[in-house]
Amino acid sequence: MLLAGAIVSLIGAIFLFLGALGVLRMPDLYNRMQAGTKATTLGSILFMVGLGIGYYNQICVCKIIILLLFIIFTNPISSHALARAGHFAGIRLTKGSLVDALEEDEKEGKL
Amino acid sequence: MAETIYMIAGLIALAGIVIAFVRLIIGPTAADRTVALDAMTIITISLITLLGYMLQRKIYLDVAMVYALISFIGVVAVARYLERGL
Repeated sequence: MLLAGAIVSLIGAIFLFLGALGVLRMPDLYNRMQAGTKATTLGSILFMVGLGIGYYNQICVCKIIILLLFIIFTNPISSHALARAGHFAGIRLTKGSLVDALEEDEKEGKL
Repeated sequence: MAETIYMIAGLIALAGIVIAFVRLIIGPTAADRTVALDAMTIITISLITLLGYMLQRKIYLDVAMVYALISFIGVVAVARYLERGL
């Protein structure tokens, strides 16, 4: 049982590492934000579920579940607020990108 | 055996913090730096829970929860500042 939790934690740690690598390597603010939010959210979920399998205490497992729910709810909110702020602060997309729906809405006056 | 695998997982996550810190230094705009800081904070929360498991202290989970709350408020504050000023 403990070994299964350790392996799940190892998979989560690999996801955390790949998310950080995406933050370094991606060409654009929005691509970086996607890598740095989605991959690290999944990685932290797997990491903490693996630790929760390893814990023997019920109170600790409840605290880990509360922490996981907090991360799942607040991580997309902060990412969305930061992406919107970056768009209105004038940061452009990278050259290969195809569509910018928020800019089209701005031109049509829908906002 | 399991303790060793947990330790290896912690070291891999720690390497992720170091890689995100490079983006925090060289990032062209403030939003890039904030994204890197957000990724570093999430990895740090995972590592704090790992530390609480290793040392068998329950109180580290509360520390991780407060750290997550402060990180969320900080990122939203930076976003509001970039969008329309404080």
